[in-house]
Order: sequence, then C-alpha cells, then structure tokens
Amino acid sequence: MTNILIIARKEIQEGLRNRWVLATTLLLAALSLTLSFLGSAPTGNVGVNQLDVVIVSLSSLTIFLLPLIALLLSHDAIVGESERGTMLLLLSYPIGRGEVIFGKFLGHLAILAFATLIGFGASAVALTLTGTDITGESWLAFLSMLGSSVLLGAVFLAIGYLTSTLARERSTAGGIAIGIWLFFVLIYDMALLGGLVAAQGRAVPALLLDLLLVANPTDAYRLLNLGSGNAGALSGMGGVAANSRLSTPVMIVALFLWTIVPLGLASFFFSRREA
Amino acid sequence: MTATVSATGISKRYGNVHAVKDVSFALNAGETIALVGHNGAGKTTLIKLMLGLIRPTTGTLKMLGEDPAQGDFHVRQRLGYLPESVSFHMALTGRETLSFYARLKRVPLSSADALFERVGLAQEAADRPVRTYSKGMRQRLGLAQALLGEPRVLLLDEPTSGLDPALRRSFYDLIADLRSDGATVLLSSHALTELEDRADRVIIVNRGVKIADGTLDELRRIARLPTRIGIRFAEDHGPEWPSGETGWKRTPTGTFETEVAPEDKIPLLHRMTVQPAKLADLTVIEPTLDDLYAHFLTGQACK
Repeated sequence: MTNILIIARKEIQEGLRNRWVLATTLLLAALSLTLSFLGSAPTGNVGVNQLDVVIVSLSSLTIFLLPLIALLLSHDAIVGESERGTMLLLLSYPIGRGEVIFGKFLGHLAILAFATLIGFGASAVALTLTGTDITGESWLAFLSMLGSSVLLGAVFLAIGYLTSTLARERSTAGGIAIGIWLFFVLIYDMALLGGLVAAQGRAVPALLLDLLLVANPTDAYRLLNLGSGNAGALSGMGGVAANSRLSTPVMIVALFLWTIVPLGLASFFFSRREA
Repeated sequence: MTATVSATGISKRYGNVHAVKDVSFALNAGETIALVGHNGAGKTTLIKLMLGLIRPTTGTLKMLGEDPAQGDFHVRQRLGYLPESVSFHMALTGRETLSFYARLKRVPLSSADALFERVGLAQEAADRPVRTYSKGMRQRLGLAQALLGEPRVLLLDEPTSGLDPALRRSFYDLIADLRSDGATVLLSSHALTELEDRADRVIIVNRGVKIADGTLDELRRIARLPTRIGIRFAEDHGPEWPSGETGWKRTPTGTFETEVAPEDKIPLLHRMTVQPAKLADLTVIEPTLDDLYAHFLTGQACK
C-alpha cells in the first residue's frame, strides 16, 4: 500500500509541476461558471430551480470533457514512461507492477477529482453567493453529479491505462485514446439513435436497450444524472429513464465495473509483459 | 570470497532470437567486474536478468541468494542499478527525484541528501528541475539513485559513455570506494579500453555467449598476443642485420618491424641490443586492450 501512495504522490507532484492540475481546474471552473450564468438567463423567470439547470448543463459538458481529460492524462502513463526510459529504472526498485499501475491511477484520479470538485463547485458557490434559493433536493442531485463525474473520469482513466499498457508506442496509444473517446462520446449514441430510427417505431426490447445503455459508460452517466427528478424533466432524458429498468445502483455498479475491469486487465498485461 | 550473484546456464530467447545463450558466472563481494561486448551482444539482457526484470528461458540465477524475479522483490532493496542513458521525470527537481526513489527503497531522506555531495552534484543544482541538467549531471543523479541504501550489488550499464575525462575519473574513484566497502560492482561497456584497468575481472560476451572470463593478466596470458618490435638503423649501418632473423618486414618509412611471442621477447631484445651503436631507434609495442578484445571476438567468430 505504501508503494501505491508513494507513486500517487509523485504523480500528483508532477501534475502540479507541469500545470495539469491548474489547467484542468481553471478550464472546468471557467466553463461551469459560464454555463451557470449565461445558461440560466433564459430560464430566469420560469421559476425553475437554478441549480438543476446547472446540473443539466454541467453533466452534458462533463460527458464530453472529462473522458477527454482522463484519456489525455492516462494514455501516456505507461507507454510514455517506457519510451522515455524511466519505467525500466522504476521497475528495478522493490515495487510490484500492479502497484505502479494502481499508484499512478490513484494519483491521476486525485488530480481529476480535485479539478472537478473545485471547478464545478465554483458554480455552486457562485450561485449561493448571488442569493439563489436552492432546495435540499437540488443539493443532493448536485453532489451526486459531482460524485458520478469523478467516477466517469475514473472509467476513462482506467480505459486509458489499458490502452497505455497494450500500445507499443506513445503515438499509437494517443490515436487509440482519441478513437475510444470518439466512439463512446459521439459515434455510439449516433449509432444507437440511427438503429432506433431504422427500427421504425417497432418496439425495441427493453432489456436490449438497457444493455446498450449500460454498455457505454457515458450513457450510464447520462441516465444517472439526467434521468430523474427536475433534471429529467429539463433534459428530456426522463422519458428514456422511465422506460428503462436500470436503477441508480445498477448504473453505479456498471460504472465501477467499467473502472475495475480495464484497470485489472492493465495490471494483468503489465505484469506479464517483459521489460 | 562470497558470491553475491551466481548464474548457471542461463539462456534468454525472444521468439527466434537468442539474446543470451547458456551463460554461467559468479560475481563476488568486493569485486569490480567489467562486462564487455559489442552493442547488442547481450549485456543489457544479462543485467535485466540479474535485476529480475525478465526471467531466464532456461537456467537459474541467484542474486544475493534469492531469485530476483520472484516474491516481493525484497532483494532489490540491496541492489543499485544505473540504466544505459538514464532518464528522469523532467519536471521534478533533482532532490524530489532522489527523494522519490529513496522512499521506494525505504531509505531515510537525510542519507539521500548526503548522496548529492558524494556524486558531486552541487546543492543549488539539486533544487533545479532535471530538465535543466547536462548529460553529466543526469549521469551523476543516476549514480546517486543507484547508491541509495548502500547496495551490496551495483549494476551499471555503460556508466561512463558520454562523460568527459574529468567526470570519468571521479566516477571511477567513486567505484573504487564502493569496492573497498565490499560491494560487487558490475560495469558494462562496449569497449575494453574504456575501463583503463579499473576492473578486477573481465567478462567478454558476444552474440549472447560468454567468450572470456578472467583478470586482464589472465586474458593476456590466454590470448598470447605477440608484442610488436620496431627498429631503425643508424645512418652509417646498412640493414644487413635483420636478414638473419625471420619475420622482419620493411615498412614504407624505412624501419623494420616484427611480431614476437611473449616468451621470445626478452631474448630477441637481447640479441638486438648487442651492438647498440647500430640502432637509431627501438620501439616495443605491447598489445592494447583493443587488440586483446579483438582477439577474443575473432577467435569466437572462427569457431
């Protein structure tokens, strides 16, 4: 365990030094503040709870941005160090390869969690300061949005680690990472939509749709945050969620599995590889 | 002497490539060993095997009595390694880098700090990012991390390549200190002359096979390389004398040269200097380390 923490600490130290932490936090804060003040202007008079609007806009933003940041951080983690020659030295130390993977993952997750909490938290703080009335229910939804955003980040960190372990070159890992991002964030949903249109209104088996939604971590995240409560009504995802039998715990478990399985595989392949 | 590293019949195959073929050796405490071979001869593979980063395809290797590729890598705490062309995380300072490695080896940070002085890195340089370091400074930092925790075995992969002569000398002084402390130091190099007689023992590898193992004197005796002797006659004496001897060749510059086996060297010199007035000049060229190295490499190629 100590070794994992030592690696995580160094990863955070590096993140602070090469401005990753600063850049992502500022980016997320700037976007979330922009969204909460510009985005709430049209709904100002409708009497909708402003924090709910923020949740809808922020989680839509998160689906695009957090996987991208996570993949950018993680795709280089293993193959980059191998290519720069630092991995060979690290592995000659009394440390297991699994510990290297989990330590780096923990460090990157801490960077991502910090950026998300501070960046998104900024808009909640700003709304409170400007005297907006926020209900307890909205606060809860906001907190669960923060938590699931970090979880979504963890999923794509883990996928990035698997890519980084399997790729032989940094450029390959980068290309694969971009492909993964495009697939899960853009192509998958378009294909799903196209499939539903092609079905021409024929009922798609509920189980199949559920499976298809859980098979993409970003969809699981979308349902989790936009499927219920006021956010569901605002985003129009409430309809999908109502027809789905996927409960919140199921989706959370799905996201956890999406983290643990790629990370476990990354650790497995890395341990088997000869450096 | 106690063996710190012992290898028996180790081979390493990558697909169809035999990186190391049936190599056996024992390295002892307090010994400095030079591992010499061309680039790609299998030196780095041997070092990786000793570190436990890769497992031998066949054969067994014991590092300080344990299998380095097994268990919780405890043995690596008493092991120092300097990779060929070492690199570090550019954004961190030298001190942060060394502290990180010290934590991994469970070495007190205060003793890590003392290493900067030992390898000759100034305190102000230690607080600069590694990005700003010169090649020599990086190599010193690399050596500092290898020295963490007073290792019993040091594996240094081409440690002096790219260092200027002054740095190289201070580097070898450090290694002499370590040897007197009883550590096993293995230096790998692609040329024997690099070592300037610093090593107690030389192991020569070529194409994954160990082709020579012994002290430089032993290797010289085995190789029986001839000494080259050259003479130039004084102006008023003709070149009549060498004609009685065999093997003399006239060089374009007007001198005569011959090669002589080690045991014939003294008698020949004796005969030649009977009439010193005839000679204008006499040169005796002993075989260099490069000649010795070339001898073993070509000897293996003939087999």
